[in-house]
Amino acid sequence: MDNHSGLADELTSRFGASVFTQQLTVDEVTTLWVAKENISEVLKHLKHAIHHPFELLYDLCAIDERSRAKKNGSPSSDFTIVYHLLSFKRNIFIRLKVALHGDYPSIPSVSSLWENANWYEREVYDMFGINFEGHPHLSRILMPLTWEGHPLRKEHPARATEMGPFKLWDEKQDREQDALQFKPEDWGLKRHSEDADFMFLNLGPQHPGTHGVLRIILQLDGEDIVDAVPDIGFHHRGAEKMGERQSWHTYIPYTDRVDYLGGVMNNLAYLLAVEKLAGITVPERVKVIRIMLCELFRIASHLVWYGTFAQDLGQLSPVFYMFTDREKIFDIVEAICGARMHPNWFRIGGVAQDLPEGWDKLVADFVAYFPKQLKEYHQMVMRNSIFKARTVGIGIYTLEEAIEWGVTGPGLRACGFEWDFRKKQPYSGYENFEFDIPTAQNGDCYDRARVRVAEMWQSLRIIDQCLKNMPEGNYKADHPLTTPPLKKNTMQDIETLITHFLNVSWGPVIPAGEAMSCIEATKGANSYYLTSDGNTSPYRVRIRTPSFPHMQMLPYISKGYTVADLLSILGSMDYVLADIDR
Amino acid sequence: MSTMIQYVLMIVIVLLTLTTIAAWLIWLERRMLALWQDRYGPNRAGPFGLLIVVADTIKLFFKEDWIPPFADKTIFVIAPPIIGTTVLMSFVIIPFAPGILIADLNIGLLFFLAMSSLGVYSIVLGGWASNNKYSLLGALRGASQMISYEVFMGLSLMGVVMLSGSFRLTDIVIAQKGCWFIITQPVGFVIFMIAGIAETHRLPFDIPEAESELVAGFHSEYSGMKFGMFFIGEYMGITLISSMVVTLFFGGWLGPAFLPPLVWFTLKTFVFILFFILLRASLPRPRYDQLMEYGWKILLPVALLNLIITGGIVLMMNK
Repeated sequence: MDNHSGLADELTSRFGASVFTQQLTVDEVTTLWVAKENISEVLKHLKHAIHHPFELLYDLCAIDERSRAKKNGSPSSDFTIVYHLLSFKRNIFIRLKVALHGDYPSIPSVSSLWENANWYEREVYDMFGINFEGHPHLSRILMPLTWEGHPLRKEHPARATEMGPFKLWDEKQDREQDALQFKPEDWGLKRHSEDADFMFLNLGPQHPGTHGVLRIILQLDGEDIVDAVPDIGFHHRGAEKMGERQSWHTYIPYTDRVDYLGGVMNNLAYLLAVEKLAGITVPERVKVIRIMLCELFRIASHLVWYGTFAQDLGQLSPVFYMFTDREKIFDIVEAICGARMHPNWFRIGGVAQDLPEGWDKLVADFVAYFPKQLKEYHQMVMRNSIFKARTVGIGIYTLEEAIEWGVTGPGLRACGFEWDFRKKQPYSGYENFEFDIPTAQNGDCYDRARVRVAEMWQSLRIIDQCLKNMPEGNYKADHPLTTPPLKKNTMQDIETLITHFLNVSWGPVIPAGEAMSCIEATKGANSYYLTSDGNTSPYRVRIRTPSFPHMQMLPYISKGYTVADLLSILGSMDYVLADIDR
Repeated sequence: MSTMIQYVLMIVIVLLTLTTIAAWLIWLERRMLALWQDRYGPNRAGPFGLLIVVADTIKLFFKEDWIPPFADKTIFVIAPPIIGTTVLMSFVIIPFAPGILIADLNIGLLFFLAMSSLGVYSIVLGGWASNNKYSLLGALRGASQMISYEVFMGLSLMGVVMLSGSFRLTDIVIAQKGCWFIITQPVGFVIFMIAGIAETHRLPFDIPEAESELVAGFHSEYSGMKFGMFFIGEYMGITLISSMVVTLFFGGWLGPAFLPPLVWFTLKTFVFILFFILLRASLPRPRYDQLMEYGWKILLPVALLNLIITGGIVLMMNK
């Protein structure tokens, strides 16, 4: 973060001072407001021309500013488009903001600059009604085609009760059914080529191979995939919209359900951003407890992937063994948190409770037991020659393509790039742990699998270190915004009692500002970009999930392969539908 | 007249035994898979869950007999019984023990190959008549897989025919009195086994119905007893291939005298059935084109080579 102001200077010297307005944010990411006319040029410069370029379009989102109470000195705007770019060489993010005016404004598209901008811009269009000039296929992506309004606009109702009773009269039914009619042209697909008629296969939304409600429209020539178009949004629950209604505290359980295999790891991503806003530093013990649980969940999530991946390729047994081991992890999680998949256990400024007595024995038993299992699975799955025949050389992408499409996590590391946010931008005390970043070279399905398997070994190492070096101390920070505050203090201290009462009844008031956290989640980089206007609930919650750009890449990497290979590719991608749709 | 009654009696006994065995194989498979996968499997209906088969059958019979409106009705109905019929017909020529067989045809082996060829119709017609894209893909895969593997299956058996000098299965078994053909024809055995798995389209070669890709492949649209016929057909197919392996390579009913021949035959067949189930528990599924490649590029040359070498040796011995 040394060249923090340096970056702004670099840009002003190139474009002139009038182009940028700098904004200070608590997360110390260089934040620049750019005029709409200049944004394409600035982005192009940042991606291609600048020394140590910002290769990755990390996130693109919008904020409806029209009812924001405190603006923190930022320029006036009705809608703001926010670009988050990441430079691997510099190891920093840059945040560019564009102020837009009017009810349904418009901005130049950057989909020709970054491949993964395509879906992000469609999402912004879907959620805000903002037009992107020059976008190849600007249409709804998460909401149904017949939806009226754009949900993340502030005037759009957030509760079903605000919308009036649901009625389905005949014309409406006809309209809905018409919208469901499949016309290949609407999806940018041709019906014939010069010498063949294509077959369109509708894979999903209900299909045993898609692991959830995902629809993939396949354009087939025989069994060869000519094109594949993912249709997402079936799992969309409006997690971002809900954030605007929940208090900072009561939003935590919603995060559990974003990457529903990642459990408390989602809490961490959200809370790191909240704690940045609130200025809370958590005690060492909290950090280590959090890391331990996150790594347990990483193993649990990878085990689900491991088993289902083998099953997708027709191997029926591994999934049963792996789910049994996952149960062993859940036994530990249950003993510590009281719940299994969605423990909702981290709190603003700490964790819900201290570790229970005897936790160390449970974890020690698991650490001793699991390596033998991993070795066995390696023999059973990874060394199986049919498994190799189905995965080696399938679904290849290069490092450049991965970055272009916004791939993070094991998918990126399988291209031979050692990039892990736990090492590169350590959070929650990961810098104190010894572990390696597993990588592989070929970027095919098999290598993505190899990286994940190796990651389980590393997670086990981290858990072992947590076990041996668990610091003493409080399980919550001593800070007025810690919610709820330490129980034992509330019994003696009237100030804490009042805060407790207020924070629990209204919810804590988090200071105005904005912050982004970035963690290495089970499937890639997960971020919460929170905007607070000094209220009891967030003004805007933006969740950047890894699966969204990964799924966007599917057509690109599955063309030319067969239907059977598509299942290998999907399996090796390790996505969760809730993580795509939010 | 009495021979007539004897025939009919034999046919009825074989028919009933086979269908019962096939039905209970479903139970056996589910229990064995469960055992190997660290879980219980069906254990509620009756002792050890044995009555699950009865419950399943009742359920299948009482399900709505649904024919999709877009299907080709006649063919849709004709397809399922074909597989059961052809497999049952194949059993006609299998000698279970001396004297316990229906027809001792002198072209027994050819009859078996012919019947297993006809079995393909079931899959192709079923998949085609369903008028469903998944079924169509499954049927295409099934047709090419089964037709290709028939070739290797036939070739792999010619060694056995040369050694025993007959297509008649009783002769083949008797020819193994000194030495089982597994010793003299190991390559033929391996190829026959692989081709047999492909013919019964069982995992790892269940490509026509690959559930994670094609939902249920060629029988996606089938339900009720029509599905039941495909299902039973598959298990009878396993029994058939297992008994053929025993007859052709493992001495059929032959064995030490302390057990009657029929028991030896049953025991050996049972071992191979278990092997089929174990395969399903342990192996992933290759891709369809990989299976084809494996067949034509490896199995075919090896089978031909085996044929030439066996022929050469037989020729030398006879001189």
